[in-house]
Amino acid sequence: MIVIVLVAVAAILAIWIVGSYNRLVGLRNQVMNGWRQIDVQLKRRHDLIPNLVSSVRGAMDFERDTLTAVMEARAKAIAATGPADAAQKEGQLTQALGRLIAVAESYPALKSNENVRALMEELTATENKVGFARQFYNDIATKYNTAQQVFPTNLFAATFGFKTAELFEITTDAERDAPVVDLSRK
Amino acid sequence: MNLYEQQASNRRKTWLIMSAFVLFLLFIGAGFDAVYIGRAGGFVPAGSLLALGVGGASAFASYYGGDRAVLAATHAAPLDELAPAAGDADRLKLQQLKNVVDEMAIAAGIPPPRVYVVPDPDPNAFATGRGPGRASIAVTRGLLDALDRDELQGVIAHEMSHIRNLDVRLMTIVAALVGAAALLSEWARRGMMSGGGLPSSRRRGERDRSGGGAAALIFFVVWTIAIAVAPFVVQALAMMVSRKREYLADASGAELTRNPLGLARALEKIESAVAPTEAINRGSAHLCIADPLGRRVNLAEGFWSDLFASHPPMPARIAALKAMAFQGRTA
Repeated sequence: MIVIVLVAVAAILAIWIVGSYNRLVGLRNQVMNGWRQIDVQLKRRHDLIPNLVSSVRGAMDFERDTLTAVMEARAKAIAATGPADAAQKEGQLTQALGRLIAVAESYPALKSNENVRALMEELTATENKVGFARQFYNDIATKYNTAQQVFPTNLFAATFGFKTAELFEITTDAERDAPVVDLSRK
Repeated sequence: MNLYEQQASNRRKTWLIMSAFVLFLLFIGAGFDAVYIGRAGGFVPAGSLLALGVGGASAFASYYGGDRAVLAATHAAPLDELAPAAGDADRLKLQQLKNVVDEMAIAAGIPPPRVYVVPDPDPNAFATGRGPGRASIAVTRGLLDALDRDELQGVIAHEMSHIRNLDVRLMTIVAALVGAAALLSEWARRGMMSGGGLPSSRRRGERDRSGGGAAALIFFVVWTIAIAVAPFVVQALAMMVSRKREYLADASGAELTRNPLGLARALEKIESAVAPTEAINRGSAHLCIADPLGRRVNLAEGFWSDLFASHPPMPARIAALKAMAFQGRTA
């Protein structure tokens, strides 16, 4: 009798562990996929910036500092490794871009240029996509971390090699204060 | 409820509603069998089989071909075909639409749906398709012209939520079954008028002997009443489901953009243009962001106007969104 009960308890335990393990694997894959999404959008942003800089350079020749700051921030962001580092470097890039857009707004020749407007729309879209991809990644990463930390899953999560996912967070105060640029006005 | 509970609940509801409809179709069919086939001495339940067949076929057809049918009926043109032929300013607008859809797909974590533009000056938008990965979003020309980027984003987020929550699937099936119920009760009514009369009128003697006369009469009366009210009851039920989904799509759309005021402003603009969206017919009303018929019912509140409206009253939706924005600010 006792043997049967023990076997039953062991079987239930095994099923439960397998279930939890599979759930964690599923979440880990979603987190990795979420990170790839951010990565894709960041690359798009990096590719877009040289085009934008070269198309506004003519009209903004004496704003060389602003343009150089953007190109430097871009170079640093490309070299970043891991979510935390990337978050910081990308934050600085966002800030530099915000300044560039704000300055460009004051040039009527740029605002009426179709080519520049199309590039600005692309930049806005890419900024938004980075933001939304980050929102999605942080949501799913938080869910993954919570699933590992709750009792009793926390008893074996580390044993099977599950690690806490790094959040893509805004780390510098400067980025929180970054100028909000509204390009939607018609 | 989070997203997964939301989807699970919609799947459950789809099955529940489909079962209820199947029972209802069977009831209509069984009545037909009892009254006409049984009287003629046949044994094959042709009525029940026909009812099930019509219901099943229309649900199946709209599940697999509904999106194409709706898009064709509204003359929607795919964005990819419009963009190359467009002028400079127009191309920017179309590119913005494409970008906004991509942004919202990323926020929702689903593959980007195909994008269509409907040549109609009234601002409106709808989503269609089986679910994430096989969905389309269509907006009217009027919507593109009237809204700015934030407002457009709010509308697209609303439609994206319909897709993500599997509302489109639920409402497509419901609409098909509503159609089937209306069709069958129409047939039954016509059959009654031409074939006419109570079932007991001709073979009274035989029925009385078997003792089923009274029961058959009661069944016949109930059946007749059911057929008479069926289209209204079914329509009211479908609209109740539809209105609930609209509120939810507003809320989860705001969760995607984190900017409820964008959609609120868009709804205000759409409301001020209550002219009917002529390109979108009655059957697709439940898929749209605002009732395409431009009926005043959607602006009024109250029991009767609520009963048959596909969308909640606009002022109530806008108020709910503004309340969300207010809570977001204090939190």
